[in-house]
Amino acid sequence: MAPLLSVNNLSTHFFTGNGVVKAVDQISYELNAGETLGIVGESGCGKSVSALSLLRLIPNPPGKIVGGEILFEGRDLLKANKKELSHIRGNRIAMIFQEPMTSLNPVHRIGCQVREPLMVHQKMKKHRATAEAIGALKKVQIPDSESRIDDFPHQFSGGMRQRAMIAMGLTCAPKLIIADEPTTALDVTIQAQLLSLMKQLTRETGTALIIITHNLGIIARYADRVNVMYAGRIVEKAAATDLYRHPKHPYTIGLMASVPQLDQDIKSRLTPIEGQPPDLADLPSGCAFAPRCRFAVEKCRMEAPRLRPVSGGHEIACWVDVE
Amino acid sequence: MRDNTARPLKRKHEGRVSTILKHKIAFAGLVIIIAMLCMAVFAPYLAPHDPNDQDLYHVLEGPSRKHLLGTDDVGRDLLSRVIYGARISLFIGIVSTFLSALLGSAFGLISGYKGGLSDMVIMRITDTFMCMPVMVMLLVIVAVMGPGVQNIIIAISILTWTTFARLMRGQVLYVRELPFVEAAHAAGASELRIMLKDILPNAMAPIIVAVSITLGRHIMLESIATFLGLGVQPPIPTWGKALRVGYSYLEIVPLFSIAPGLMITLAVLGFNFFGDGLRDALDPRLRGEGKTL
Repeated sequence: MAPLLSVNNLSTHFFTGNGVVKAVDQISYELNAGETLGIVGESGCGKSVSALSLLRLIPNPPGKIVGGEILFEGRDLLKANKKELSHIRGNRIAMIFQEPMTSLNPVHRIGCQVREPLMVHQKMKKHRATAEAIGALKKVQIPDSESRIDDFPHQFSGGMRQRAMIAMGLTCAPKLIIADEPTTALDVTIQAQLLSLMKQLTRETGTALIIITHNLGIIARYADRVNVMYAGRIVEKAAATDLYRHPKHPYTIGLMASVPQLDQDIKSRLTPIEGQPPDLADLPSGCAFAPRCRFAVEKCRMEAPRLRPVSGGHEIACWVDVE
Repeated sequence: MRDNTARPLKRKHEGRVSTILKHKIAFAGLVIIIAMLCMAVFAPYLAPHDPNDQDLYHVLEGPSRKHLLGTDDVGRDLLSRVIYGARISLFIGIVSTFLSALLGSAFGLISGYKGGLSDMVIMRITDTFMCMPVMVMLLVIVAVMGPGVQNIIIAISILTWTTFARLMRGQVLYVRELPFVEAAHAAGASELRIMLKDILPNAMAPIIVAVSITLGRHIMLESIATFLGLGVQPPIPTWGKALRVGYSYLEIVPLFSIAPGLMITLAVLGFNFFGDGLRDALDPRLRGEGKTL
């Protein structure tokens, strides 16, 4: 069976005064229907840009998708015209943003915003769409949804707003939901609630989910497969459980070592990754991680590694075999 | 997994209304505006005489029991003419403001949202308009097109829409970067829908304030044009014309020019005061400061 989404050699560059910023460089991955993919990496590694590229939401200028293809349900999104694109956005692929506080329009009522995708994409009549919106808010467990659809966003708490966003995303029964740091702005207990809810809802409807985050804990718990990104490239691809047990790329190993663990000795210190992420406009000629890598060898500074399989379904972009 | 957040009271809108009411100057402005509107609407009932009835036996008289403000140079009742004058002044003020706000907002919205070439072109056009001295151009346009209510409305609107365009563009530049606009794009909303449903309502607040202040300004522009004989033509009763004619007889019947002059001043002040109050009410950072006034 063909995968729901397959991204091949996608590159998104930003053309700025300081040169070309390669925010996303030659990334490829696949996603099957109903699967949850986690994209993890530090700030500025291209996670969000890669997600925005899927919906062609990169502001142009300065950004531009310079190459590759995005096959969604067999169609290349990069070749889709405006009309096809707006049919896909919100309808087949929904996106949930990082800032629940500002991602809802403050001047419109919640109900009006939740039912909007239905009215736009499925040409539903207002009263039917309203009924659906109430149902959608119920699904995301907003109490008294019948009366709360008449509230304005400022009358909702942060968690409720993000739930309303999820409800909005789910109303059109999309095949894929992209959640760009969906819980970063929320506190930890609400984070867990929301992610379980999202996971449960996507499982019920067989929707594929891409979770973008810098939180390794979230990935461990909710993702089936993980892409680790560094400096605009995917450096490691693996099943989530496999990645946690056997991280293979030095960057991933470094990430794991820098997260505190409940069962570790309280006296032991965390191991940080030394140095700073590279300037995306001025990448080193070899592996982008080499200057910070403990295992780097001469070859790393000369030539950038490509992804290579190390074991079943586990790929890394590294010259060295770290054991 | 229930969200037990206490439900905030619905008080934002009440808050705005009460801010305006507490803002004493704005409240005074509101009272003046309402009084003026009543005068205009109910003129036939309020005016003691027909504003065009001439009484040539009683020209240029001071206040008397029959003519509370006296009569003008052809014996028409001054009070009635001042009351009827509110009609034309408010009509021209409101229509021209509406037109120029509509025109300006539309261009500002397109300019701010589209950016690029259309932004360049529209902004250079507004620059050109802003270079022109409004008063002089107004007189030129009216002189070319000929005086009359319709022409003065068109002339005023053409000369003033640029303010709204600038204001709207600035607001749109800010609003279009807000996350909910990106969210709307991601939800597949069309450009037009995003412009009208997401950006426009969020960019309206300063426009509303500007409308109120512009109303006063336009009433003044109309009066000036009429004063100079290029606006509304007689026999329609207007403040500007009454002021002009009365000014020749200032020594004999001072009320003849003072009364319409006062009305113009009051109307302009009323709209300015109210605009001020609106600004405070709509701008959360200033909320509450109105109380001290």
